[in-house]
Amino acid sequence: MASESELNAGIEDGVRRRDFINIAAVSFAGVGAVAVVLPLLNQMNPSADVLALSTTEIDISAIQPGQAIKTSWRKQPVFVRNLVAKEIAEAKAVPLGDLRDPETIDQRTKPGKENWLITLGVCTHLGCVPLGAAEGENKGDFGGYFCPCHGSHYDTAARIRKGPAPTNLVVPPYEFTSDTVVTIG
Amino acid sequence: MSFPWAKPYEPTHPLMKWMDEKLPIPRLVYNATGPGYPVPRNLNYFWNFGVLAGAALMIQIVTGIVLAMHYAANASVAFNSVEHIMRDVNAGWFIRYAHMNGASMFFIVVYLHIFRGLYYGSYKAPREMVWLLGVVIFLLMMATAFMGYVLPWGQMSFWGAQVITGFFSAIPIVGEPVREWLLGGFVPDNATLNRFFSLHYLLPFVIAGVIILHIWALHIPGSNNPTGIEVKGEQDTVPFHPYYTAKDGFGVGVFLLVFVALTFFSPNMLGHADNYIPANSLSTPAHIVPEWYFLPFYAILKAFTFNFLWIDAKLWGVIAMFGSIALLFFLPWLDSSPIKSSNYRPLYRIFFWILVVDVLLLGWCGMQPAEQPWVILSQLGAIYYFAHFLVILPIVSRIERPLPMPNSITEAVLAKHAPDTSSASATA
Repeated sequence: MASESELNAGIEDGVRRRDFINIAAVSFAGVGAVAVVLPLLNQMNPSADVLALSTTEIDISAIQPGQAIKTSWRKQPVFVRNLVAKEIAEAKAVPLGDLRDPETIDQRTKPGKENWLITLGVCTHLGCVPLGAAEGENKGDFGGYFCPCHGSHYDTAARIRKGPAPTNLVVPPYEFTSDTVVTIG
Repeated sequence: MSFPWAKPYEPTHPLMKWMDEKLPIPRLVYNATGPGYPVPRNLNYFWNFGVLAGAALMIQIVTGIVLAMHYAANASVAFNSVEHIMRDVNAGWFIRYAHMNGASMFFIVVYLHIFRGLYYGSYKAPREMVWLLGVVIFLLMMATAFMGYVLPWGQMSFWGAQVITGFFSAIPIVGEPVREWLLGGFVPDNATLNRFFSLHYLLPFVIAGVIILHIWALHIPGSNNPTGIEVKGEQDTVPFHPYYTAKDGFGVGVFLLVFVALTFFSPNMLGHADNYIPANSLSTPAHIVPEWYFLPFYAILKAFTFNFLWIDAKLWGVIAMFGSIALLFFLPWLDSSPIKSSNYRPLYRIFFWILVVDVLLLGWCGMQPAEQPWVILSQLGAIYYFAHFLVILPIVSRIERPLPMPNSITEAVLAKHAPDTSSASATA
């Protein structure tokens, strides 16, 4: 048992040994509790096998001008579209000031390959798959893609033109590994 | 925790006395739902819905635990395991249909329970905490129902999960990482299905816990009643048992009749045929709609089709949708009128009914595609919804002149049943 004088050691500066021990013990326990919560939260992030699906190769040789295909990357749909000259011209004719998310078609395609429009097929509103990639689907008011869930219209450069979506369809990171093969991711 | 005239618990049997000294659960029951709990004598059938909501939760827990014995939460087999329950498991079809429609019945009774609270002013002092806990239960119910709907892993399950977790991506900067964290991937997949199953099993027990707090908070002032006048003496009350156990028992019988009629004769009426198509992450159903109980909120989400100020349409939609529920937390302070029951509030009563029609209209719009005239109707409906709580209610509660009120519950009851009707018109 500690004597009264031991408990009050160092009391001159207003801090008892016991106050220090209390604060130190509770702080240590607090840091420990936070350290335990971190893995419990982090376990919910995408796991290694999900992250491992991060590159996909696509053969684009069969896609004729004016056609589009739907493929997938990281389990998300991807649209690969072979634009015709008229569609490129339409996209270029739009003043940037008219766009909700201003980007030129050149910024959204690779140099010299501006007929290849590669975007995620994920509406930037709430994630539905827009229509317009397959033959005969509704392409919306601007000739690109149309999301039937909440009515977002995208133009021929897959830029948002009308409806609730905030941004253009996302252009994923990709490279032309040859003239007919694209690697996404 | 009760009125001074409450009948005290006095066990006579030696076993009950022994129990009362060790673990006084019989005392708790006696004083909470037995003869020891006095309740206003004039409660109408709208006061059945709390007990019915509790019954619905119990049905969901029992059927849910049984379903979990046959269901497999893995994206490759989840859909087939539900079909296995429907076709192969003994009475599986019945248990699953009961669980599916039980969710709808739970929401029906909870919406009527909320309607009762709004009409009779049950959210006002001294019952604000009862109301706040009720809104918490409502939010938990919505989360639980949503995650349950994802489990069969059909097209509506998948795209519902995609759209609803998409709400979080509207949050600036952290939105997308938060969404990936919730999903455990970039699209709903096995990780999502597993965690939703885990939480869908957990949350009903959390709801049960909050219900205990809800009832505890209720039993401090005791129930409101159709006059909104507080209990003044013993003559205003009757013991819970046998009076309201009998009345609630009758209500449970009617509830079960409706429930089994729905389950046996029209089990898919409130569902969507698309959910019998296995989930396909590359194809969105032509027309995606949430379950009926989310439709008014979904209409508010869809009402924002334009950017406004510096906030984009998507974030506005999400803010408005969550705001429409969060607003309910402030209701006890937005309505400053001391009169509880709408029976004595001639002006509020009109706006209350307009709100009811407005919510039904929003529900109707929520079902429709994102086209005119539904968009403009959703916008008008959403504006009115917010105006009701933020503008109309505070003003009405200040300028309204209430109708003459009886002095007590007993006076109101006796006037209603008086042989001479000429003097009773004020309380009709």
